[in-house]
Amino acid sequence: MEIQSPQFREKARKAIADEQLQRAMGKAKIGFVGKRKKAVDALPEFEDLRSSARAIKDHTLEHLDLYLEAYERKVIASGGQVHWAETAEDARQAVLGICRAAGARTVTKGKSMITEEIALNDFLEKEGVRPVETDLGEYIIQLRGEHPSHIIGPALHLNKEQVEEDFRRVHTELPAGRDLSQPESLLGEARHILRPQYFQADVGITGANFLVAETGTSIIVTNEGNGDLTQTLPRVHIVVASIEKVVPTLEDASQILRVLARSATGQDMSVYTTLSTGPRRPGDPDGPDEYHVILLDNGRSSMLGTEFHEMLRCIRCGACMNHCPVYHAVGGHAYGWVYPGPMGSVLTPSLVGVDKAGHLPNASTFCGRCESVCPMQIPLPRMMRHWREREFERGLNPATQRFGLGFWAFFARRPGLYRLATSMAIPALSGLAGRERWFRSLPFAGGWTRHRDLPAPESRTFMQQWRDREALKQRGKMA
Amino acid sequence: MSGREAILGKLRAAASVSTDDGARREAVEKRLAKTPRGLIPARGQVEGKERIALFCRMAEAVTATVERVKTADDVPKSVTHYLRSKNLAPSVRMGDDRRLKRMDWASQKSLEVKRGRAEPEDEVGVSHAFAAVAETGTVALPSGKDNPTTVNFVPDHHIIVIDAKDIAGDLETVISRLRRKYGRGDMPRLLNLITGPSRSGDIEQTMLLGAHGPRALHLIVVDG
Amino acid sequence: MSERTGSAENFKPAKEEPLKEESTSPKRVGLFVTCLVDLFRPSVGFAAVKLLEEAGCTVEVPMAQTCCGQPAYNSGDREDAAAIARQTMEAFEEFDYVVAPSGSCAGMLKKHYPSLLKGTPFEARAEAFSGRVHELVSFLVDVLGVTGVPARHEGSVTYHDSCSGLRELGIEKQPRKLLSSVEGLELREMQNSDVCCGFGGTFCVKYPDISNKIVEEKTASIEKAGAATLLAGDLGCLMNMAGKLHRQGSSVEVRHVAEVLAGMTDKPAIGGGGR
Repeated sequence: MEIQSPQFREKARKAIADEQLQRAMGKAKIGFVGKRKKAVDALPEFEDLRSSARAIKDHTLEHLDLYLEAYERKVIASGGQVHWAETAEDARQAVLGICRAAGARTVTKGKSMITEEIALNDFLEKEGVRPVETDLGEYIIQLRGEHPSHIIGPALHLNKEQVEEDFRRVHTELPAGRDLSQPESLLGEARHILRPQYFQADVGITGANFLVAETGTSIIVTNEGNGDLTQTLPRVHIVVASIEKVVPTLEDASQILRVLARSATGQDMSVYTTLSTGPRRPGDPDGPDEYHVILLDNGRSSMLGTEFHEMLRCIRCGACMNHCPVYHAVGGHAYGWVYPGPMGSVLTPSLVGVDKAGHLPNASTFCGRCESVCPMQIPLPRMMRHWREREFERGLNPATQRFGLGFWAFFARRPGLYRLATSMAIPALSGLAGRERWFRSLPFAGGWTRHRDLPAPESRTFMQQWRDREALKQRGKMA
Repeated sequence: MSGREAILGKLRAAASVSTDDGARREAVEKRLAKTPRGLIPARGQVEGKERIALFCRMAEAVTATVERVKTADDVPKSVTHYLRSKNLAPSVRMGDDRRLKRMDWASQKSLEVKRGRAEPEDEVGVSHAFAAVAETGTVALPSGKDNPTTVNFVPDHHIIVIDAKDIAGDLETVISRLRRKYGRGDMPRLLNLITGPSRSGDIEQTMLLGAHGPRALHLIVVDG
Repeated sequence: MSERTGSAENFKPAKEEPLKEESTSPKRVGLFVTCLVDLFRPSVGFAAVKLLEEAGCTVEVPMAQTCCGQPAYNSGDREDAAAIARQTMEAFEEFDYVVAPSGSCAGMLKKHYPSLLKGTPFEARAEAFSGRVHELVSFLVDVLGVTGVPARHEGSVTYHDSCSGLRELGIEKQPRKLLSSVEGLELREMQNSDVCCGFGGTFCVKYPDISNKIVEEKTASIEKAGAATLLAGDLGCLMNMAGKLHRQGSSVEVRHVAEVLAGMTDKPAIGGGGR
């Protein structure tokens, strides 16, 4: 997917003016937050589980090479194949190679952010292999030629009327009289259309929530069951997963599962947690004949050991964006690449470069709500600040900003001069306000006064008044 | 294999392994061998009747329906009742699972029992659970030559038979049992952990049942 | 340092009830005024002084303070931020406590100076300094054990939890506890009081449209709460919300929580009161 993050500001402005989007976001933010809270409140051990989950990933990342090797050995032992992909292009070619060898014309896909990251659908289509997204949300946005606006709710930005419009446009055999006004009927229609696709597909592609080193197992966590049909019915199952998905043991996966669904959708467990280990075995009545895992790096190894190391703990639950006021305001598409919200604001610059994604770590109030709900305790604001530091070091921020900051810092580092300047400027500014006590506009404060008034300073600075009082007191004592 | 070496090389460089690779290897081998348990919430740590009741409660909370019967012999009758109550044709799909096979399906006149993997026209699938988890109302179904995975996902209605004695407090206990059955480090080809019927919230966050998998999940707990 | 003025123990007589006094030697507090309070709303500084003195502290105000350094720190300018951090630590070196009427600035001094100065010769000093820094209201409640204030405020208020105070310093119950002791005051909680107001320091001028969208949500919650006065513990957030409320023609008055707790609401609210 082409990166559009440099246009963040314009995209955000459009998003704020988009009534449909704002209506959809209004529903989204209430739902996720309330459901998570309810689930978390019902489990007294939740906070300790967060620490435990974090410790598992920290340990794994320290030994990532070894766990990946152990995982690979077990996949091979269970009859599967492992393909290592350094880049997105390597991963795409690996998928295509498998599809070609299988003579595949159609592939079904379970919901997977990693295949969004490597822009697999566009690529396969160009190569003559038809990808069919089977997750309801993914299916809807595929019809619209869009990308997910949320990592677990791809169509979060849409209202049901928009979905109805798309279904009528694409499902041409639909009788005009068919009622599609409710989510239920829309789901029924999608189910009806997708059912035969599962049986016709030659290859099924899923992502993975975990890879288990102990057993060579890949785990997907879903609610719809589309991922299971995708990986069970076709002859070939391809798992595309990034290297940091590995955990040591089944117990470790279980531990993280306890925080995953609660953080994501407010469920104790998602409906389907499916553990796959290799292809169909002798005598099995169903299951794929081939089982492939594509292990993707795509820049992650260069995050290891840096100040962005902890981002590799992310389990893609979406809690950070569900609780982010900026995400709520602008939706996921404004971020301009695959991963929106706070986790995207850290990850996107890591994967595509801060020169292209510089807006993202800046577009945060540092309110800290993301970090407070992150099940893996990832210090997202801190890492966004690190990106700002990298930008500053490289002189990537706009000249006006640098000048303003330099001007301010000059005074802030010289208290005497600061006192002098403020004791002149503030009373003057206060006087300028007159009786109204508010500024509706002010030179150099357009960013502030475009949308809100600026209260005038009360009168003189605190420091001026304090000095006077102290002097008065001293005189009183002496008298 | 160049991708493999390149990735592993970068990971080793980042971990600066030259210092004490032996200790790292040992840490990994130990964890894989010992498979330590993490923190187990108190919720599922109850015994006997209480644990079964907790399982039923948690399963119902995720909109599964739960029925309890005294013995395995009662199951075919329950299945027939279920089909009737839902106005379904008297036909079910199931694998060759021995526990299911031992049941007297012939006692149910006019009930058709189809064996093997599920086909698109199947309306009801019947499976037997390997184990269940009281903490979350989850059922564990391993695949195998007698247990097709398609039965769990293709039909609209999924009926799962669970022996009450197989209900564990937590998932970790189920994992231990899997290790005993399949061997350390080995797994069935597929393990389905199912918690309620299929659902989606993708349209306006409205929770809808029956997205792609079964619209209804019916659990029959055999007290035995 | 030579600019620092004398102590202010006689500024106002300390009240016996219901403030708790446990220590015999008065605690020496250095007030970190914060740049916004210094420039825009000195009343908050005087309210802080009054509250601290009533609680038995002696309060001094070092003149060598300017800003906590957040504008630089949050813009990626570590060098200037670190210089300001060293300067601030030096100015407050000799106090038992450093108290700021702002969760955001206190959070900067307490939580971020140590990480900012990590690996420099000032690391240990920053750690020690951190232990002495407190936000005003949490200092009163958690450190001094204050359980109530002798203030009066007729009317309803709603309280916004400023992000840094809430999530970096755990300030949530403390202001509500003290507010509940204010005679005549009725607290009407707004929905989502813990959600950001959209200020975010330089964020609000770097991304004015997003900031505006967020503060609109906030003012809607405030209006819905139906209280006459909006309170919070951070002047930045307060100016943002007050500015939006005023632009919208709201009648809600906006004040720093310290003004109410100190019984100093005879002064006009932020911006000279509502409409």
